[in-house]
Parts: sequence; C-alpha cells; structure tokens
Amino acid sequence: MKLTMASSPHNHSHKSLSRLMMTVIAACIPGLIAQVFFFGSAVLIQLVLALITVSACEAAVLLLRKRKVWPTLGDGSAWLTGVLLALSIPPLAPWWIVVIGCMFAIVIVKQLYGGLGFNLFNPAMAAYVLLLVSFPVQMTSWLPVSDLLASPISFSQQLSVIFNGFTSAGFSVDQLRVAIDGTTMATPLDTVKTDVAHHLTVAESMSKPLFNDWFGLGWGWVNLGFLVGGLYLLKANIINWHIPVSFLASLAVCSGIGYIAAPGTEPGVVFHLFSGATMLGAFFIATDPVSASTTNRGRLIYGALIGLLVYLIRTFGGYPDAVAFSVLLLNMAVPLIDYYTKPRTYGHGVK
Amino acid sequence: MEKLIDQIKQGKVWSIPGGIHPPGQKLQSTTQAIARLPLPDKLVVSLKQHIGANGKLIVEKGQQVLKGQALTKPSGNWSVPVHAPTSGLISDICPMPSAHPSALPELSVIIEPDGEDNWCELNPVTDAKALSHDELVDVIHQSGIAGMGGAGFPTYVKADTRKAIEFLIVNAVECEPYITADDMLMREHADGIIAGIELMQQLLSPQLTIIGIEDNKPDAIAAMEQAAQHNDSIIVQTVPTVYPSGGEKQLIKLLTGKEVPSGSIPADIGMLVQNVGTLFAVNQAVHEGKPLIERVVTVTGNTIHKQGNVWALLGTEIKHLLDCQGFSPVPQQRVVMGGPMMGFTLPTVRIGVVKTTNCILAPDHQELAEPGDEKACIRCSACADACPASLLPQQLQWFAKSKEYDKLNEHNLFDCIECGACAYVCPSEIPLVQYYRVAKAEIKEQQAEQIKAERAKERFEARKERLEREQEERQNRHKRKPAAKSDGEKQKVADALARVKSKSDDKDSKSAVAAAIARAKAKKQGAELEPDNSEVAKERAARKEQARKYKEQKALEQGEEGVDKDDKKSAVAAAIARAKAKKAAQAAEENTSAETDAAPKDDKKAAVAAAIARAKAKKAAQATEHQTEADSAPVDDKKAAVAAAIARAKAKKAAQAAENQTEAEEDSAPVDDKKAAVAAAIARAKAKKAAQAAENQTEAEEDSAPVDDKKVAVAAAIARAKAKKAAKEQAQSDDSSQQINDSNDEADAKPQSDVPESSEDKKKAAVAAAIARAKAKKAAKEQAQSDDSSQQINDSNDEADAKPQSDKPESSEDKKKAAVARAIARAKAKKLQQEGNDKS
Repeated sequence: MKLTMASSPHNHSHKSLSRLMMTVIAACIPGLIAQVFFFGSAVLIQLVLALITVSACEAAVLLLRKRKVWPTLGDGSAWLTGVLLALSIPPLAPWWIVVIGCMFAIVIVKQLYGGLGFNLFNPAMAAYVLLLVSFPVQMTSWLPVSDLLASPISFSQQLSVIFNGFTSAGFSVDQLRVAIDGTTMATPLDTVKTDVAHHLTVAESMSKPLFNDWFGLGWGWVNLGFLVGGLYLLKANIINWHIPVSFLASLAVCSGIGYIAAPGTEPGVVFHLFSGATMLGAFFIATDPVSASTTNRGRLIYGALIGLLVYLIRTFGGYPDAVAFSVLLLNMAVPLIDYYTKPRTYGHGVK
Repeated sequence: MEKLIDQIKQGKVWSIPGGIHPPGQKLQSTTQAIARLPLPDKLVVSLKQHIGANGKLIVEKGQQVLKGQALTKPSGNWSVPVHAPTSGLISDICPMPSAHPSALPELSVIIEPDGEDNWCELNPVTDAKALSHDELVDVIHQSGIAGMGGAGFPTYVKADTRKAIEFLIVNAVECEPYITADDMLMREHADGIIAGIELMQQLLSPQLTIIGIEDNKPDAIAAMEQAAQHNDSIIVQTVPTVYPSGGEKQLIKLLTGKEVPSGSIPADIGMLVQNVGTLFAVNQAVHEGKPLIERVVTVTGNTIHKQGNVWALLGTEIKHLLDCQGFSPVPQQRVVMGGPMMGFTLPTVRIGVVKTTNCILAPDHQELAEPGDEKACIRCSACADACPASLLPQQLQWFAKSKEYDKLNEHNLFDCIECGACAYVCPSEIPLVQYYRVAKAEIKEQQAEQIKAERAKERFEARKERLEREQEERQNRHKRKPAAKSDGEKQKVADALARVKSKSDDKDSKSAVAAAIARAKAKKQGAELEPDNSEVAKERAARKEQARKYKEQKALEQGEEGVDKDDKKSAVAAAIARAKAKKAAQAAEENTSAETDAAPKDDKKAAVAAAIARAKAKKAAQATEHQTEADSAPVDDKKAAVAAAIARAKAKKAAQAAENQTEAEEDSAPVDDKKAAVAAAIARAKAKKAAQAAENQTEAEEDSAPVDDKKVAVAAAIARAKAKKAAKEQAQSDDSSQQINDSNDEADAKPQSDVPESSEDKKKAAVAAAIARAKAKKAAKEQAQSDDSSQQINDSNDEADAKPQSDKPESSEDKKKAAVARAIARAKAKKLQQEGNDKS
C-alpha cells in the first residue's frame, strides 16, 4: 500500500486567503449601500471600473513575472484594493481617475515591491494620495447628499458625467454640486474647516443644511455602515480589535481634548468619528495586515498614532481628511514599531 | 509558596497565550472500552524506543523467550531495556524501519509468538514503602519505562532527580485531537494511575501533586477524583480545552503560573511532569512486576471501521492494529502515528508500536484535508496570535526562508515547541513548522561544524606549541653538543669554519656550520608550520632566491679569486663534494627513505669531515710538494683535474638520477655531506687507481700517478676514518633527523647543499678545466662517444650542482677537453658507485 507522506500538522483551520479577502469585501457592503443611498449609484460604476482595472493589471504583471495568474488573482487581494479605492474617490470623478489609481496601486505599490505580502504601503491609500495630490479638483468634487441637489441626476446621467464629464443636458460636476439654495456644496469636513477658517463657529457651520444635529448628512450613515461591517470583521475574527479600537480611541481622545479646549472651533468627538473616512479607515484600511504592524502591542501603537495624525491633519493640516496620509506615514513606521514590540517569548525574562 | 499552593488548591488555573481550538474528534474512539487484540504473527521490537542509548542485546537469534523477558540490558547513558511482549522464538535480529518520521532502520528483535503467552517469573513488590529510593528507581529502570506521552524520556532519570521537587504535575491533558488513550486509561485504571503517582511521590516527595485534565474529559476527571480521594496531596485540576495545553511547559504555566526558563528543564524550577500512561506503567512495574510491554493505542480516523482504543503489545505492526479494527484505505491514504497536530506520517504500516505510540490515525480526505499550495504570507499574524510560546512565527518564517540564522536565534526559534498551531491557522497554508524544523536542523549542523572547527584549531595550536617546544629542546641540545666535543675536534671545526669564511665573500659571513644550523632550524620551523603551506612556500621561495644569489655571487667570485687559491686543495675538496653529491643521488635512487636521513647534524659533521679531509689533502699535497718541488704542482694539478673531472661526472650523473626523483633530489642534499665524506675517500683512492688503469691514459697522467698515489692515499685514509666517524654519529642522530625530514620541505635542503658545494666546486672546476684543456687533445678519440653523454648531462637541469660546475668550464673552454676528462671520470664513477654502495 502506498502511503502519502506529509509534514505535521495534518489539520488546518480551513481559513484561506481568498475567504479572508472575500469576507472583507463583503463587510464593505453596508457602507457601500449607504453610499449608494445618499450619493447615488455612480459609486457602483466606479466599483466596476476599479475591479476591471485591478484584475487586468494584476493579471498582466503576473504574466510578466511568469507566475500563475489565477491562484494569485483568485486570492482576492487585488479586488479588495479596487473596492477600497472605489469607495474612497468621489462617485462622479472621471473614469480615468479610478483607472489611474488602480493601475498605480497594483502595478507600482503592490507588484513592483514583490506582490502580495511584500508591499510596504497600503496600495489603495497610496493610490488615493497619488490621485489627491495629482488631481485635487477631481478628487475633492464630492456631491452633496442627493436630497440637497438642485436637480437629482439619473443613473445614465451619472454614467455620462463619469465618462464624458457632462450630463446629457450639459451640466458639469461643478454645476451639479450646486445645491437647492444655489450654494456649492462640499463635504462636511471641508465645510467645517473652511467655515472655521472664515471665523465662523462650528455651531454656525453645522447649522447649514449639510448637517443634521450631529454630523454631516449622509456621511454619518456611510460611516455607520462601515462600522457595522467592521464589527462583523471583528466578530468573524478576520481582523484584530487592536488597530480599530486604538485608532478610534485615539481620535476620540484627541478630538475630545480639542473640543474641551476650543469648543467654538472644534467640531467634537462624534463629528470626527463619523465624518470622512474614519470608520472605513479604522476597520478596512488601517487593518490591512500586510502594511500594518504585526504584534499586538505594535498594533495598539500603530492605531493610536494613526488616530492622532488624523486629528492633527484634519485640524491643522491643509487637507480636510487625513486617513490616507496617516496610514501611509505609519506604514513607514511599522518595521520600527514591530522591532520594539516583540512579545516576550515563553521562558524568557523570567527568573 | 504557601500562597501559591493555596491558590492552586482553590482551583486557580492560569492561562497560556495563543492556542487553537481544532475539532476534538475524540468521541468516536471513546464509545468502547480498551480492547484486547489477538496475538499478531510477529512482533518487531525496536531496541531504541526512547531518548537515549540502546540497551545491550542479551538474547540471540533462534532463542526462545518468555513474555516479559528482557531482550536488552541497560548500558550507558539513559539506556533503557526492552522486553519480550509475549513468549515465542526470536526469528531474527536486524535493522527494521523504526517509528520515526524518517523511518530510519533501527536494530530490532523480531519475535514469532508461540501463542502460549507465557510470562517469565515476575517479582512484584508487595510493600513498595519498604524499598529504598535507589531500589525503586532500579525497578523503574529495569522495567524499561520511558515517557509515554510522546517524548520517550527515560522515566528512571526523572525519578532519580536530585533537585528538590515542589510540584509533581501529572499530564492527563491529552490536548491533541483524536487521541483518547490517556482518557480511556484514566476511566478504566484510575486506581493504578494514582498508585503510580504515589510511588512517584515516594521518590520525589513533592509538596503537591496536580493532575491536569482538559474539561472535555468529564468521565476521566470523575474517575481520577474518585481514585485520588484518599490522598490530600493530589489535586485534580480541570484546564480549559485548548491546544496545546498538554505541552509540558504550557501545562506548568497553566497549573502553577510559572514558566520554565528558556534552556532549562522543569526540575530547575522544582517541577516534574509525568504522563498518566507512564505512571500507570510504573505502578505495573512495581506492584505487579510487569515490565513495559504494552500500551494503550487509539486507532482512529474515518477509514477505520471500529474506532477505539486497544492494548497493543510493543512491537505490534501498525498493519495488525489497522486490520484488527477494520481499515478501508482511500487513495493517497495517510497513516499518522500520533495526533493530527504533531504526529508524523508513516511510510509503511510494517512498523512496530513503540513506547511512545499513543495513536494511529488513518484519516480520509474530508476530515483532514490535504494541505493546499503555499501562498503568499500576508503578515496577518494569525500565527503569532496562535503561538503558545509567544513567538513571532511569521517573522521566523521570513528569516528561515532567507536562512538568517542570527535573526532566527534572536527571535528564539529554539523555543518553538513545533506544536503546529501557527501552521494550523495560517490562511496562506504556509508549512511553517516544516520551515522551522529545517532551520533548526541547519543551525544545529552549523553549530556542530563550528565546534568541530574549533576543536581542530585547538588541536593544531597544541601541536604547534608542542613542536615549538621540541624544537627549542633540540636547539638547546645542538648548542650543547659542539661544546662537548674534544678540543681537537673543536679546533678542527674552527679551522673549517675559518676556511669556509675565508672562501666566502664578506657579504656572506655565515659559516657553513652556522648555515647548517640555521637551515636545520628553518627546516624545523618549516615542519611546524607544515599545515600552513603559504607560509612555507614563501619561506621556501625566499630561501631559493637567496641561494641562487649566493651561488651567482660565488660563481663570479670564483672566476676571479678561485684560481688564486690552492689548486690542489680545492681540487681535492671539489672531488669530495661532487662525489658526495653523486653518492647521495645514488642513495636516493635506491632508497628514498634512507635518503631522508639527512640530519642537521650531518651538515656539521660533514663539514667537519670535509674540512679535515681538506686539511689532510693539503698536508699531503704539501708533503708531495716538498718531495717534488718543481714538478709536483703541475702534476698535482693534473691529478686533481682528473679527480675533479671524475667527481663532476659523478655529480652530473647524480643530478640526472635526482631529476627522476624530485622528491629525493631535494632531500638528498643534506645526506650528501655525510655520505660524500665516505665517497670522497673512496673517490680519491679510486682516482689514483683509475688514473693508472684508465684506457687511453695519457703519459702525463701516468707520470703523475706515482705522485698521486702517495698523496691521495693519505687523504683517502684520513677521509675514510672521518667518514666512519661521521656515519656513526649520524646513526645516533637518525631518529631526530628522521623526524625533521618527515616534515621536510624541499626548499630547506637545497640551499644547504648548494652553498657549500658550489663554493668549492667552482674553484675546483676552474682548476680542473685548465688541466682538462691540456689533456683534451689526447683524448680526442673519445670525443664522439662522450659528446652524447655530455650533452645529456648538460640537459639535466639540476641548478644546484651540475650547472655552475659544468657550465663554467664548458662554456669558456673547449668542450672536447672537458668531455675527455668526463669520459674518464665516468669510467671511474661506475667503479666507485659499486664500491660506494658496498661500503655504505
């Protein structure tokens, strides 16, 4: 009888890379639904564009590297990158924005460093920063919540805007952003930042129709969606609690201190936690295992520093949001953090 | 301490980091009691079933053995005997595949059961309390008990620990999935286990005994608690079901909150862990007198029809277990010895059960999927979260792949217990444990290499030191030796030295003796440095260069001054030297080992002998001069020329011979001096004779013959006497010279021989050449004949002797004349050779 030889252990948890990635993608759905609901279905177009681009890029590079395409493409890591990038850019951004972003993320940030597991930076965030720096106008042209739009736009019109730059009626994105009352709308974070710069109090700024009592209309719900997805990831044991918790706690503490110190110019804890990319960043971006810290203590430090940076950049920096910058900066610090946070091995450091 | 014991007594259980929860798969094998199997057809009892040395075989092929009879007896470190599991015939004793991941063949006793199952005489101990510590340990030792939890560590070694044991920890955790052998044993034989524990308590006197059982074995917990009721010092502690809580170090942490320091053993912190199966075996051995011949084995997996536990005799082939329990293999069947986490796959089912075999797992592909392809590590650190030792498996994996052994050590690779938790949780299905095993093996190999290299270095240094010491001793001896010589001899040495000095250039003020000593030293040094070839080669090259320069200088010098010297004397001396060279070469031809006798002492002696010979020759020459004032000089010249010619021819011949034997060539040089002294005497004696008998001898030569006779005879007699003395002395010093020559390097020998010979030769050669010229005309007849040989001689490339000697006269003078002289010399040389051989 021929027996098969194998190395122990002979059992496996049945966790697999692709299941892990697919679970994370699935956990994005609540946030995605909220985005579609409040900002229109254009995000779905961006999503499709992103998935096609990342698949093509990944496959092309794998062919160039003479690797098997499907086993690697099928692990879903490239798709996750595409999904995260699509969720991060303004839904009505021109099509080439997401295409350039995805190409950069996969080819440069991921594959040129050696592929999955070797990339120093979070591919989606590196691409986001590239786009933000290179195309600031397109990357900040967020539409207000559809309720506030002067003229609600249909799906075909959104398609037209993405691919042609104008609706069939000839409206550009800038024109579309004009609200019912004739003012151009920005994101809540942007609005508050601009208003505070114009010596308005936060309360005055937040009395604008863009906000409800607590946070920006729609944005709060989108963040809530990502929070739900993130909690699911925690429950499914896909991500560790360390990074999201320390991230959010750090941001909450910083914004709380800021609010106490300057209530007039500080929007407060809840606003920070439920604005911009906070929840997406905390549960989906900062937890990217490849580029995050790998020790538990390191993860706490990593998350906390991201939270701190997010607050600092949002409050004192030139950009309204800061998750991408903060994550990239901390990506660079990971080797250092890991080195100094090695856990104590059993039997070491005991008498 | 008291506080800790209180905490433990109150049921406190600590926690370990990491751990995993694989499916238990234990229920299917606990439905039935432990079964007894029919006797197998044969038993393959491996001599090595534990950690430590094999026992010494005390049975032989064809012998009938009884059940429980010892097959081996302990010998050496950690050696544990094995016993016949049933009565029967030893059909063979040979290496058989062993229960090891590599299935490495181990010497095994193959027993054909006779079916009687007759026990040998058993000696149960009725009152164990009456036994002394050593007696009890001996019973455990002789019963062949080794840790049955998996490691197979000899139990008697643990039981005999001299360290104070505070906690005896009984490992009943059985955290590996599928395995229920300990569980079933506890359910059925709790009393026996407790009795075994009490024996251990008697040996170790721990303050507290803690039995750790996972909470998934309620029946076993109940049975043990019941059995231990009477003994207050035994506590049954329930630990949560998490793999690998049954690891020795993990269990210690769980039950006492203490950690075994890295690189230490539990006994260092007052802990001792024993498996329940082992303790049951101890009880059997002591109270029933039965050695360890069987154990409980869980036979399980979806391909087994009757999953459950069996009492398996040690040596029972796995095939028998599978067959008895019903086995339907699937394609690519795996049969695992041990559990699914740490067990190893067997290459064949024809392997015997050993003392550490707790489970045979024959899974199908649904319950334990084949491992998938390794994918990229995404640094998710699920492995680190699962690691019970708080290692960073992911980092270790990167370092193992890139063979960064320093980093692996820095990350405590050797604290990895290879539990497999990391590989179990890895989403990329990286065979992490395999990487660690390979890395560990490589590091161990590297360390072994390092140790080996260090030892070699130590040995080399010690040898070097010893040789240096010996050299120094020898040097001191040499220094004393000349002083011990008689005044007369000393005077002669001094004379010789003076002559050599006067001959040699101012630039080279070193005397022959000093040079010889220096060379001997250099040689010795060379011997010491033998392993370091580069050093020797350098030294050698330097010496060669020096010798060459010296020679050139001499040649020049000789051209100018040599003629002014005493022709006769120098001619004789030249003859001596050349004859020496030839002889040495001859000797080299015949016997290389004899040649290597060249002793540093010889140089001195030879120098002395040569000097004496020269002195005598001079005296003789003077005497002749007195007799035939006017004529003698030219006559002498002629005679000397003949001798010189002969000697030259001999030397050339020697060089030729030496050419064939490069090794010998070099070594021969120092020999020359000694033998040459002898040869010189002979040469001189023969020279006279030869001069008389030589074919086509010229009148002039004949004229000189009578004169020669006297002079040469005197010189020869003296030389012979000296040579004998030298030979004698040489024999004494043979031992030491042999030693030196064994490690001789060729370079040493050369300058040694070159210097004195060339200095003398050239002068003589110049004289001889002049004489030869006169004679040459007459010898014209033989020209054709001798041309061949002279050509041949010139071709021979011995730079040391032949060239300066032969080139000078030949290039500057008529070759024919020289050829004639040589032809004559050759004829003599043959004769000489023979005689020389006889003599030496």
